[in-house]
Amino acid sequence: MTATALIPAPIPADHRLSVSISGAGGAGAVTVGLILLEAFGKAGFYGAMTRSFGPQIRGGESAVFLNLSDQPIETLPEATDLHLALDWKNFMRFADEIPLTSDTQIFYDDSREKPPQGVVDSGADCTPLPLMTTLKQIQGGRINMLGLGVIAQRLGLADTHIEQALQKTLGRKGEEAVRLSMETVRLGQTLVEAAKPSPLQNWQPTDKPRWHLSGNEACAIGALRGGLKLAAAYPITPATDIVEYLAPRIEKRGGQVLIAEDELAAMNMVIGGSFGGQPSMTATSGPGLALMTEAMGLAVASETPALVITVMRGGPSTGIPTKSEQSDLNQILYGLHGEAPHIVVAPLNVSESVPVTQWALGLAERLQTLVILATDQHLGQSRLICDPSPFEDMAETRGLTRLLAHPNDPADYHRYALTDSGISPLTQPGMEHGAYTADGLEHTETGLPSSSASDHSAQTEKRARKLTEFDYGDDWATYLPASKSKRLIITWGSSFEACKQAVARHNAEAKKDEQFSLLGLRLLMPLQSNTLRQLCKGQQVFVVEQNASGQLFHYLLSEQALPKSSQSIARSGPILFTPGELASTLRRLTKEGK
Amino acid sequence: MNMTEATKTQMNKAQAVERLDQTPVEVRPAKPNDYLSQNHPVWCPGCGHFFVLRALTKALAWLNRPPEELAMITGIGCSSRLPAYLSSYGFHGVHGRALAVAAGLKMARPDLTVLVAGGDGDGYSIGGNHFLHACRRNMDMTYLVMDNEVYGMTKGQPSPTSDPDWHSKLAPHGTGITAFNPLGVALAAGASFIARGFSGDPKGLTKLISDGIEHKGFSVIEIKSPCVTFRPEQKAWQKQMRPLNIEPTPNKLEAAQAIHASDGFDTGIFYQADQPVYAPASEATHSLDEIEQELVL
Ligand SMILES: Cc1ncc(C[n+]2csc(CCOP(=O)(O)OP(=O)(O)O)c2C)c(N)n1
Ligand code: SF4
Ligand SMILES: [Mg+2]
Repeated sequence: MTATALIPAPIPADHRLSVSISGAGGAGAVTVGLILLEAFGKAGFYGAMTRSFGPQIRGGESAVFLNLSDQPIETLPEATDLHLALDWKNFMRFADEIPLTSDTQIFYDDSREKPPQGVVDSGADCTPLPLMTTLKQIQGGRINMLGLGVIAQRLGLADTHIEQALQKTLGRKGEEAVRLSMETVRLGQTLVEAAKPSPLQNWQPTDKPRWHLSGNEACAIGALRGGLKLAAAYPITPATDIVEYLAPRIEKRGGQVLIAEDELAAMNMVIGGSFGGQPSMTATSGPGLALMTEAMGLAVASETPALVITVMRGGPSTGIPTKSEQSDLNQILYGLHGEAPHIVVAPLNVSESVPVTQWALGLAERLQTLVILATDQHLGQSRLICDPSPFEDMAETRGLTRLLAHPNDPADYHRYALTDSGISPLTQPGMEHGAYTADGLEHTETGLPSSSASDHSAQTEKRARKLTEFDYGDDWATYLPASKSKRLIITWGSSFEACKQAVARHNAEAKKDEQFSLLGLRLLMPLQSNTLRQLCKGQQVFVVEQNASGQLFHYLLSEQALPKSSQSIARSGPILFTPGELASTLRRLTKEGK
Repeated sequence: MNMTEATKTQMNKAQAVERLDQTPVEVRPAKPNDYLSQNHPVWCPGCGHFFVLRALTKALAWLNRPPEELAMITGIGCSSRLPAYLSSYGFHGVHGRALAVAAGLKMARPDLTVLVAGGDGDGYSIGGNHFLHACRRNMDMTYLVMDNEVYGMTKGQPSPTSDPDWHSKLAPHGTGITAFNPLGVALAAGASFIARGFSGDPKGLTKLISDGIEHKGFSVIEIKSPCVTFRPEQKAWQKQMRPLNIEPTPNKLEAAQAIHASDGFDTGIFYQADQPVYAPASEATHSLDEIEQELVL
């Protein structure tokens, strides 16, 4: 988690490359994407991959988009350099997501449908290839592996890296499957010429170890680093993979996944596990979070540590389960009834999902409270080749761990005692003099139910104070200042990387006083309003977010953290902001500002 | 086996343990009052729940479990107020979710004796889904349902166990809906110890509760516990309730027969069987480093 840093220079065009692949159900477009990403990793490069599916549960058309570079990269491709269409079935479903331009090179199978009109209109170079015909030469060969060969040949990717990637991705299907796939890839390589010059000619491979993981996996790893022992959850897209990834691994760490009958149960199970003294969490998405709200309030009132990860998708109601939107912020901030101060954090990209999740669990444990960590479908389900996240023992370095009290005399033990920090002494079952009843009813300092006004105001104030008084250090945001800038972009979550690229691109060309600074908020509640207000002083502020109504913008305004002149740049999902789109917005804003 | 015989067996067991293991163990003076807190119950005078509390503390004393190794988990309702009156650990959560809290706790702390209590509304209505799945999981815990066939706390509305023709403000002509059969449902859903008790039968109830706690698996004890305020006619239960005249059976068909043949006034264990208990092992076998190695390209 970087606090203040320089805005990185934009990645030059000859150091990045974007590839997309689409195909009908069963064609295996996603597999090609996974192997390609892994192969680029093996070759010493970086990359990010997202996928998109049609509405079918299984077997529908799908597409993957890869952004590849020899530098760490976390944004979506803005223009596809190379597209492989295994077929054109329902291709136009992805038309909004696959950015074809007149510079795009498309390869497609010549035996079936012709490219749809929308594709022809893009001006892309469409080259038909005899994929199905060639496939007849190889018994059991699959069209997607032929396509992989085409891409590999075109880009000049070495066979060894493809072979290693095949081994990793298909290895569990057996040696024969890997061999046959490689043979098919080699056949595919004969169908096209290598691009001249090679798009990789200027790329510098690294031999540093790198990780290949998704945002959801990153959250799981972060939680394990934080000492997670219980994950209770009910499946929901796009959060399920967090728990599926945890299931076999948390066991190895002496913990458990508990499959809940619904989200009401899941949240209460988390509270039970945590009451027992074990770091506990759940993972869900908007509809599940709605069902959890009553029990989330119980975690707040009973001061039981609890981590809830919510992976946002399009809403309201069942909405768009498989696609991204940052539209649950209001729910996350305001969903609980009563005065229910809690912590809300949001990682700014996939790679920092590891430390941010660990931080979130640590904060819950240390402050005996509910922490909601918000990501979204894009962050959660994107796959990344990135630098490994350095391990930090946050219990040691930041004191982010549960502190237990050891009372000697039960009569002196007051579970909800009013302390300076607002954090009361906590015991756990099994401790001899520490017995208490945790309660969701308002209570006295000893935990006895109470409806007295003085108990209510004292406990309410205490629960708020312990969160506002805590020193979150520099972790509350990442600030990327431009030295003479008078303009500031504030954003959060998955919009951050696109903003970062956009600002980098804009600043590289703009005069010093027309540049933008960028702030990515990581701690959304309690909002560091004073610091934010200071930072915004004398700046024209723009709040960028992926939802229709500008939820973050209105929140920051209501907390008086923003100058009145601030403007909202909000657009609903599921099509994500691209750096190009935002860069042109920045250009327009600079012109308007003059 | 009546209560005195049971006590004897219990004592014999304890002595046997002592003879096998010569190291003197610190024996706690287990008296029922040791399990009571200083807090006085908010219940109406004469409420059946008082007698459940009494029987529970007696059972705990008899079992000689240290209070700090017990956790009493409840939801919301008059009955769910129970934890504050015990000297053990307790969790008074939200309405209907006690079994879920308890499942999480038992996963995290298999060493604890986990007790769950609540009312008919809490357990069979708002918490009905958790009831089904708690039976199905068959984790080692004991569930006391204090059934007064009414929502006492919210002042007298019909609950799932109310008779269809019971008239109330909310249902002036009765609900017209057949009453829920908790024991039948528990059996079908997979609970491994199923009993009915009566708060007005202190000895029988104490025995049922201690048997339930000793049983390995999910023990459901449905306790008829009159609400003297909103269902004063339930005072007649004192004359109607009677011990069940059969031995506990591990046979589901026989148990189903006994449950469905009962007029609801029999007390005793209808079903008890050894069934797989959900209790996954939790020993760390790998370091974090080993897990993170998988991510390396
Ligand atoms: C979510 C929610 N809905 C409704 C209530 C109101 N409420 C409190 S207790 C109760 C019923 C309690 O009945 P029961 O569980 O039978 O307990 P009793 O009071 O009869 O012992 C209801 C409906 C609540 N607290 N929370
Ligand atoms: S209302 Fe009924 S259940 Fe509640 S305390 Fe009074 S008698 Fe007992
Ligand atoms: Mg009731």
